[in-house]
Amino acid sequence: MEIGIHELTAGYALDALDADERQAYEEHLAGCAQCQEDLASFWEVTGALALAATGPEPPRELRERIVAAARSEMQTVVPFRPRRLPPTQALGALAAIAAVALVALGLWAVSLHRSLTDTRSALADQRTVAGVLADSGAERVRLVAGSGSLVKSGQNSVLVVDNLLPARAGKTYQVWVMRKRVAPAPSGLFAGGRHSVVLVGHKVKPGDVVAVTLERAGGAKAPTTTPIVVSRGV
Amino acid sequence: MVEVADPVVALPCPGRAATMRRQLAHLSDEALVALVARGDDTAVAELYDRVGRIAYGLAFRVLRDAKLAEDAVQEAFLAVWRTAATFSADRAKASTWILTLVHRRAVDLVRREQRRRTDSLDALDGYEPASEPSAEDAAWLHFDRVRVQEALTHLPDTQRESIELAYYGGFSQSELAERLGLPLGTIKSRMFAGLARLRELLDDGTAEGSWKSEYTS
Repeated sequence: MEIGIHELTAGYALDALDADERQAYEEHLAGCAQCQEDLASFWEVTGALALAATGPEPPRELRERIVAAARSEMQTVVPFRPRRLPPTQALGALAAIAAVALVALGLWAVSLHRSLTDTRSALADQRTVAGVLADSGAERVRLVAGSGSLVKSGQNSVLVVDNLLPARAGKTYQVWVMRKRVAPAPSGLFAGGRHSVVLVGHKVKPGDVVAVTLERAGGAKAPTTTPIVVSRGV
Repeated sequence: MVEVADPVVALPCPGRAATMRRQLAHLSDEALVALVARGDDTAVAELYDRVGRIAYGLAFRVLRDAKLAEDAVQEAFLAVWRTAATFSADRAKASTWILTLVHRRAVDLVRREQRRRTDSLDALDGYEPASEPSAEDAAWLHFDRVRVQEALTHLPDTQRESIELAYYGGFSQSELAERLGLPLGTIKSRMFAGLARLRELLDDGTAEGSWKSEYTS
């Protein structure tokens, strides 16, 4: 059995193990100096294989996107670093903590569990969210019900809500953009929890109010319960 | 009239950024990762400039889709950004670490997408290499590529096949066993023996002053 596990080092370095074996190997690796050493040398080999792969030129924007994404994470995570922080840029501890949760749990977890199309749009959404939270000029709107805030930057708005009980099975939280004399616009679903960061899926205009209701899983066309979270007029 | 030093002539960011870039150019990849760990985003940019093309080429080869390759590279660099503090330079070269992250993401994506299943394996080759940042880098990279390709030709066909299908095709060992109609144990042994042999072949060549020298800066 031990020999078998050691042999997996090659498959692991090539990313050729199935999920369960990968996990078993990683557990073994933590306590096996021999495998750690082998793996390091095999990674040098796969690194060489990487060099031998040729492909087309990466798009120019990719570099900027990566730097911008890194920068926006840095800015949202900033309260945890000893770093100068102009007052206008401070989003408050709430948004910062939410952004940390987003970064720590969101990006990676989402991409692991959803289908690829979902992943791609989720990634795009999260880039947008990070951009909104990082915008020093973003407008912050308080909530009159619920704890958190609405952050509006340009065309995009992000609702940050703290301490919502996780929605029970068969239920979901639903965001609404409410405008006078217009039916509330369904603007996104989320599960609740200690820190929720939701990209509002509908454009928010001056005078609008953003609200959250608890609805049946899948969401409703119009709110059917009393809003739990309500923002001030934007 | 009083002469006043014009405060507007503060020559802000562009000049300073350029100076910073020049300074970073002298640092090793590993030193850059240490800067990244301290939250220096210019160091991320510099790392991307050094490894990004190879990373994208690798992701594209596995995924065969520009958008997916971009996602894999971006996610990997963000993982670098977040976890740079955990990188230990005595374990691996920084470029190897980054390429490992890129490859892992690419393989995870390709498995989920079931993308390359229908593709013929012969079509794995045939892309013109991306144009390189400088003649010198290009020469090194070309040299390294030739060396690796050369080393691969010295492997027994069965070992080379299993390594290429796994690494460039994103196939898992069990998928390969099924596809090639072989026991899983055979595939595992071939991969291990092949990778170990490849390690020897590449090590032999280092005396000639090749791939271990910095292929970047």
